[in-house]
Amino acid sequence: MSETVPITVRVNGRERTAAVAPRLLLVHFLRESLNLTGTHVGCDTSQCGACTVLLDGRSVKSCTVFAVQADGEEVQTIEGLAAGDDLHPLQDGFWEEHGLQCGYCTPGMIMSALNLLRENPSPDDARIREGISGNICRCTGYQHIVNAIRNAAERMAPA
Amino acid sequence: MIPTAFRYRRAGSVAEALALLREGGPGAKLLAGGHSLIPMMKQRLAEPELLIDIGGLLELCGVHAVGDAIEVGATTTHADLAASALLRERAPILAEAAAEIGDAQVRNRGTIGGSLAHADPGADLPAVLIALDAAISITGADGSRTVPAADFFRDILTVDLEDGEILTDVSFRPVRSAAYAKLPQRASRFALAGVAVALEMEDGVCRAARVAVTGAASHAQRLPAVESALVGARLPEGAAAACEGAGDALDFVNADLHGSEEYRRAMVAVMARRAVESAAARG
Repeated sequence: MSETVPITVRVNGRERTAAVAPRLLLVHFLRESLNLTGTHVGCDTSQCGACTVLLDGRSVKSCTVFAVQADGEEVQTIEGLAAGDDLHPLQDGFWEEHGLQCGYCTPGMIMSALNLLRENPSPDDARIREGISGNICRCTGYQHIVNAIRNAAERMAPA
Repeated sequence: MIPTAFRYRRAGSVAEALALLREGGPGAKLLAGGHSLIPMMKQRLAEPELLIDIGGLLELCGVHAVGDAIEVGATTTHADLAASALLRERAPILAEAAAEIGDAQVRNRGTIGGSLAHADPGADLPAVLIALDAAISITGADGSRTVPAADFFRDILTVDLEDGEILTDVSFRPVRSAAYAKLPQRASRFALAGVAVALEMEDGVCRAARVAVTGAASHAQRLPAVESALVGARLPEGAAAACEGAGDALDFVNADLHGSEEYRRAMVAVMARRAVESAAARG
């Protein structure tokens, strides 16, 4: 039962190859095999969204995907957002609007927001709240997160 | 949480998946979106020895018009149902119900086939497909068969699907005058009570109705008493009277910390009335 499966996953634009046990979860592949620890493990039960990454451009809870399922696919994590020292507009938005306190949920929140803005570039507050309803924050009360995503949407809107 | 070790094979076709199922025997399980199976495996409530991944099979994916019917492949995600222009136009009930499942991440992975085969008592789509009178297509070593959605759901987490069989698609005649209303459990968004209604209307009067409930009982099922009460009723005016006893028509109703039996029976009637009113508003 100790078989491994070879996988190739494009993570943040870089091709990564590994032999993994089928039961290895995508979040552990990212954190432990690739040392990309920006993606957090929160509840580990598909509820809190701290582990959210984009798989093939869509947000997923990486605690509920096996790494083998990502073979041949593209994964984007929080580490793939900034271009060098230039923060992504969502990161700027969270900075400007104090969209975080402890920061534990933030990478997942930002990846969910990215999924939302891809589908709907100018969401109203109700749509923003629906878009992050799979992500739990225990600090902020969400208002500043909503403000941060609205701020980012405005930055990302074509001039 | 770490599941029990298992072997993993990615099927390149339905035929290959069937062969792998045969080879794996009762220890084999199909994996598509994995959003029911993986959480169960992490809790070790499910410990399959072999996972056969059909998530990438294009032949099982998508929403298509086939003659007068709409066919939906088993591995179509909830997000794709919600975004389908074809469904929005011809069978909006299915797109709308899919858009209310869980959260964005769940909808991006979870599939219609998985939801039906798993048959969680609080799942939304079983009720919607019963109301649409959908046919569920199943293929196995001995060939293919179809089962009416109303007969597919048998009991809690129990459906008419044998080891070695694959649920491949669902097919139905699109109905515009159909709607789904649910009272969601606030955290999971599973239905505490959900009712799907499909109507045939003529000059404001209901000529035929199919009504199905989920969330309240062990499994999704029709509500024949409400269907009969609706036929001949002027809608939406007569919706409340026709749906009054909807919750009392069920033999068995779930009770847990999210809702007592009495509360769920009451909410079935409310959701039934709301679904009838929305469906009737579509003419």
